[in-house]
Amino acid sequence: MDKKVKQFNMLIVGTGGQGLITLLQILAEAALFEGYDVKTSELHGLSQRGGSVEVHLRFGKKIFSPLIPQGKADLILGLEMQECLKACYYANSKTEFLVNKHIVPVLSKNPLPEKEVLKILQRFSRRIEMVPAAEICQKQFRTNVVAGIYLLSLASLKKLMPLKPTSILKAIKKIIPEKYLELNLRTFKLTKSLI
Amino acid sequence: MKEILLNKPGKKIILLGNEAIVRGALEEGVNFVSTYPGTPASEIGDTFHKIQNSKLKIKNLYFEYSTNEKVALEAGIGASFSGLKTLVAMKDFGLNVCLDALGPFVYTGTKGPTVIVVADDPSCHSSAQWEENSRAIACLAHIPVLEPSDPQEYKDFVKLGFQISDNFKIPVLIRITTRVAHQRMPVKLGKLLLSRYSKIAKLGGKFIKEPKRFVTMPPRVLEMKKELLEKIEKIKEFSEKSKVNLLVGKLSRAGNGGIITSGISYLYVIEALKELNLNLPVLKLGFFYPLPEKKIKNFIKKFKKVLVVEELEPLLEKETERLAKDVSPKLQVFGKNLLPEVGELKPAEVTSAVAKFANKKFRIENSLKIENLKLKIPKRSPRLCPGCPYWFVFSAVKKAVNTKKVIFGGDIGCYMLFGLPPLNIQDYLSCMGSSVGIAHGIKKVTGQKLITFIGDSTFFHAGIPALINTVYNKSNPLIIILDNRTTAMTGHQPHPGAPTVPDGIKIEEIVRACGVKYLKVIDPINQKEFVNTVKEFLNKKEVSVIIARRPCIWIKK
Repeated sequence: MDKKVKQFNMLIVGTGGQGLITLLQILAEAALFEGYDVKTSELHGLSQRGGSVEVHLRFGKKIFSPLIPQGKADLILGLEMQECLKACYYANSKTEFLVNKHIVPVLSKNPLPEKEVLKILQRFSRRIEMVPAAEICQKQFRTNVVAGIYLLSLASLKKLMPLKPTSILKAIKKIIPEKYLELNLRTFKLTKSLI
Repeated sequence: MKEILLNKPGKKIILLGNEAIVRGALEEGVNFVSTYPGTPASEIGDTFHKIQNSKLKIKNLYFEYSTNEKVALEAGIGASFSGLKTLVAMKDFGLNVCLDALGPFVYTGTKGPTVIVVADDPSCHSSAQWEENSRAIACLAHIPVLEPSDPQEYKDFVKLGFQISDNFKIPVLIRITTRVAHQRMPVKLGKLLLSRYSKIAKLGGKFIKEPKRFVTMPPRVLEMKKELLEKIEKIKEFSEKSKVNLLVGKLSRAGNGGIITSGISYLYVIEALKELNLNLPVLKLGFFYPLPEKKIKNFIKKFKKVLVVEELEPLLEKETERLAKDVSPKLQVFGKNLLPEVGELKPAEVTSAVAKFANKKFRIENSLKIENLKLKIPKRSPRLCPGCPYWFVFSAVKKAVNTKKVIFGGDIGCYMLFGLPPLNIQDYLSCMGSSVGIAHGIKKVTGQKLITFIGDSTFFHAGIPALINTVYNKSNPLIIILDNRTTAMTGHQPHPGAPTVPDGIKIEEIVRACGVKYLKVIDPINQKEFVNTVKEFLNKKEVSVIIARRPCIWIKK
């Protein structure tokens, strides 16, 4: 049996509509399946409508604060590159970044190019992986809404987080409505065929 | 949904804070629930609504979305007077709307046990009009206030609230914040009292006449206040003994100082102590009112200094200073000198404050780099959904008038986004329904043109009296009622004009009955008609109304 971690802090950032709360629910259930205490934090309401979204997941032996303290994230899952920059608040030099090579345009400013984003992230941590998840999903399934599930699968497969793929699969089956389950399961299993 | 109704005591399931409270109420056998949707409280009503709409109809349970928080509470008062176990839920600003009914209710007291849940939003994540600290209501209304820290406590405290209400015949307020409402964790289930399902909900309340108890009028009302204060003294005794006012750590270790905290801040304090490897005693207060004063005095007299960790205004800090005068006049009370009064607390801020308080060093890796980065990050504002009917309204208004020369009133709903780029048509914004009330004031004293927007649910909530005032006291704003057939912003709850079953109350009939002569109902997709009507109505000498009716793209037709 795998050794249980004492505490694991995971941040997911993106924009409203990318399904962050669903990912959070899946991960919380998966952590509970594996016998961990777990806490999450999210925001609801108008600010989430197309705006920046940041959700927190913490699991381990015993969790108190639902928010990850500054500089304490173990893994940052970025569903959008610009939003990833904000997540640096939670990063330390050992933080793993798994980033969707995807830009949701902002009205007020031109987005920073991928190279620039990478350069900034590298100032915080060297463990950065950029993945064209949205593009892959768009090609495979004609929708990139499942890009988050794809990244989740990758994170689990690459052992960037201490949750087994089987636990996440079980959680997906519990959380995702029947209508979309097939698509999500296919997305989750896609990474395995690519690696 | 089904999981929340599992009758498996002892089992742990992951619940959102606002679901945990529903579960707690169900375990207590709640009969009557009313609410008006508002973030961060909306999921309370939504969860009851889902239960009510599912096949699993629960015997002895009634739920309603009321027109506003005042009538929600009044309905709850009626149910309580008739002997039912009652829950009323609202966001922070809802408390202000219902305050008129709350004050007398605390005087009369409850018959059926009653819990009122109020959700504050420090940092104004989604309640952007002012940063309210609803704990202060206790000073005004003498209502017992409990403050849970996480979903498990939220569920436990609601049960405790019902018990206190039952014992002392007084409504109990549970005050939560966003980070409690929207926190998930495994919550241990208790036994469901409402385990029997039936097709027809039967309530079986009975109102027994007791004017001495239910009528607040002089001279009786002052006797009632006296009785209330006596009641509070008894509840204070209960609070002194209550386990929810919890001492963490050992008082004998005293020396370095102690920490007093409550609500979400408690979790950050524990986190900070672990991070700093400190062993300071912590007094965690589940009761904000009445405070267990003896317990606090016993705690503080052991120390030369205490740190009070709380969000927003220093209410606990002031109480601690007051109590220290009796038992420990030289006590140094730290709090807002180390912590911000604006915005929710961040764990790192609490750790930093605790470190300073205990003379420990605390440094965060990368924190300087973060300061340098802030300028580079593009700001991403929320925006109207693609295809939102409000885009058509905006487009027509922009075609009809020179937006620089017209004043635009805003109100509470998705159309608050009119204030952001690329739209930028919002010159004032305040509370629910105020767009119309303020419009009248401006129009009475200026000759400027004014268009004000108000949503359908907001119109029902607080817009109607303002419209009547505008007609009665004769001013001439153009009011555009944005009727998207739902309460969109808070999660698409039904409202009187668009209930879940067809045939709602028609807004145009209300507007006409208020005496408005210039009224048109237009689908904003008909741009030409909309543009022409805006132009025409803006020149009227009397108030005019356009009802822009087109359903939100997210509601099922």
